Amino acid sequence: MNGLRKYISFFRIRFYAGLQYRAAALAGVATQFAWGLLTLLLFLTFYEGNPDAFPMEMQETAAYIWLRQSFFALFNLYAFDSTIFEAITSGGVAYELTRPMDLYSMWFTKNAALRVSRTMLRFWPILVLAVLIPAPYGMMLPASLAALVGFVVSLLLGVSVACAFLMIIYDITFYTMQPQGVRLIFVSATELLCGDLIPLPFFPSWLARPLSLTPFAAMSNVPYRVYSGNIAGAELWQSIGLQVFWLLVLVALGRCLMNRALARVAVQGG
Amino acid sequence: MIELRHVNKTFRVAKRNAGMKEALKALVFREYTQVQALRDISFSVADGEMVGYIGPNGAGKSSTIKVMSGILTPDSGECCVDGLTPWKSRKQHVRNIGVVFGQRSQLWWDVPVIDSFELLRDIYSIPSSAYRRNVDELTELLSLSELLRTPARQLSLGQRMRCEIAASLLHDPGILFLDEPTIGLDAVSKIAVRKFIKARNRERKTTVILTTHDMQDIEALTERILLIGRGQILLDGSLSQLKQRNSRTKKLNISYSTGTFQPLEGVQLVAEFGGHAEFLIDTEVIGVSGAIQSLAQNIEITDLSVEGASAEELVVSLYKEFAI
Repeated sequence: MNGLRKYISFFRIRFYAGLQYRAAALAGVATQFAWGLLTLLLFLTFYEGNPDAFPMEMQETAAYIWLRQSFFALFNLYAFDSTIFEAITSGGVAYELTRPMDLYSMWFTKNAALRVSRTMLRFWPILVLAVLIPAPYGMMLPASLAALVGFVVSLLLGVSVACAFLMIIYDITFYTMQPQGVRLIFVSATELLCGDLIPLPFFPSWLARPLSLTPFAAMSNVPYRVYSGNIAGAELWQSIGLQVFWLLVLVALGRCLMNRALARVAVQGG
Repeated sequence: MIELRHVNKTFRVAKRNAGMKEALKALVFREYTQVQALRDISFSVADGEMVGYIGPNGAGKSSTIKVMSGILTPDSGECCVDGLTPWKSRKQHVRNIGVVFGQRSQLWWDVPVIDSFELLRDIYSIPSSAYRRNVDELTELLSLSELLRTPARQLSLGQRMRCEIAASLLHDPGILFLDEPTIGLDAVSKIAVRKFIKARNRERKTTVILTTHDMQDIEALTERILLIGRGQILLDGSLSQLKQRNSRTKKLNISYSTGTFQPLEGVQLVAEFGGHAEFLIDTEVIGVSGAIQSLAQNIEITDLSVEGASAEELVVSLYKEFAI
């Protein structure tokens, strides 16, 4: 229990830090809600053009969009923990290495804490507003109890996969000493591959199938579709299995890269 | 007990000449030079000792601190701190050390200092009774009561440094590494920080290793000095020994009203103007008091001062002597 406490403590201090920026949270909520409405209108136009060609139910799509808007801060791969980049490029990592914790766990936790604390402030106002919109365009209740449980489990796994993925980018910064390039390359590709712009089922099937096996499909794609029942039954188990698989692979890779980086680390400056 | 034996560390630094042509060339061929940050560093520090680690910028002070605190792995050599090799048993080792890097911050920028302290409490698993006792004590000694509830970003440098030092002592470390703890501080904060460090060393027997460029830090705090230059330990001794070694000559300033000087062996008149005179006394030939006595026989002294070499001058002469 004592071991867990330090990790929880990171969440707490992040949450406190996030509370200092109320205006940012409010602006985030407004933006996400407005963006959600616009996306919804766009999909609605396609739906009305030809409902039969629509790969998901309208209600499922709406739930997907509203969840994406609510939990945007949780899966937003643009958002890095700038304190970590700073620690690497300006040498603050020296302090982190004087703590009785391993650096990977500490940074993984900091990352997750940043995401969770931001989301805690933002997700519920959007959900509340979206519930008020009439079906099938508003937020629905979970398809079933199993869908709700599956949603929570795959949401947690999804965030973990996202954090493990980002850890690799932090690791690479140890070598490049300059985060922008790596961020640009990885992040612009991932937004599309995660299904953040368009849900993965809307991709042409020759692309959707291989994509659904990548780590990007193991992030937000799973929980958002599990909630509405778009993924259920055997497919649900497969998806969660995929998330666990990628989590293990990415964590192993990230740890390996970090250990190699630390072995040759020259703490920058002074 | 800290012991370093034949520690070496080399860094690779990319170098190129100025100019576009050179910059483009460096895209393909990168020239590296080896910089030997530490060469054959050996010394030991006993429990409860306070050691000043001095040397010019880039001499290897911080690198040594980083080796001793487990951040940097040396290329060769041994380091043993309380029976542990810092970079091998890092997690266990760091539980017993406190580190302050004067040029960096360990406090969370956006939240009140006390929140950072609580995070550290959980990271080090400090029992809550010990934590409360330490916070109370540190708050009193470092006058933090007004500061703990302020976000770190709104503290002045002096205030922040006091909080940084407190943060590094919450877990009762037996060894404290201070890397330029007084850098950029005003006189009042410097004195407060020094007083605290001194008390901590005396009362808790905390081993303190301190790097600084401020010779007053050294004079106020440490008995023992390690001088490092170009990665090598050049001198290891007490401040008074060092002073003695360089203090054969003393400077004597005299103001006088009447009389003329008689030549005196071992006393050299350096300057004389409008009732003031400056002498250099070779203390191996004549003692300071003897010189003053002899001089006073012929002139009416109204004021006088004797200066030894200041620590500042001492270090400059050391740097010169070792050509670093």
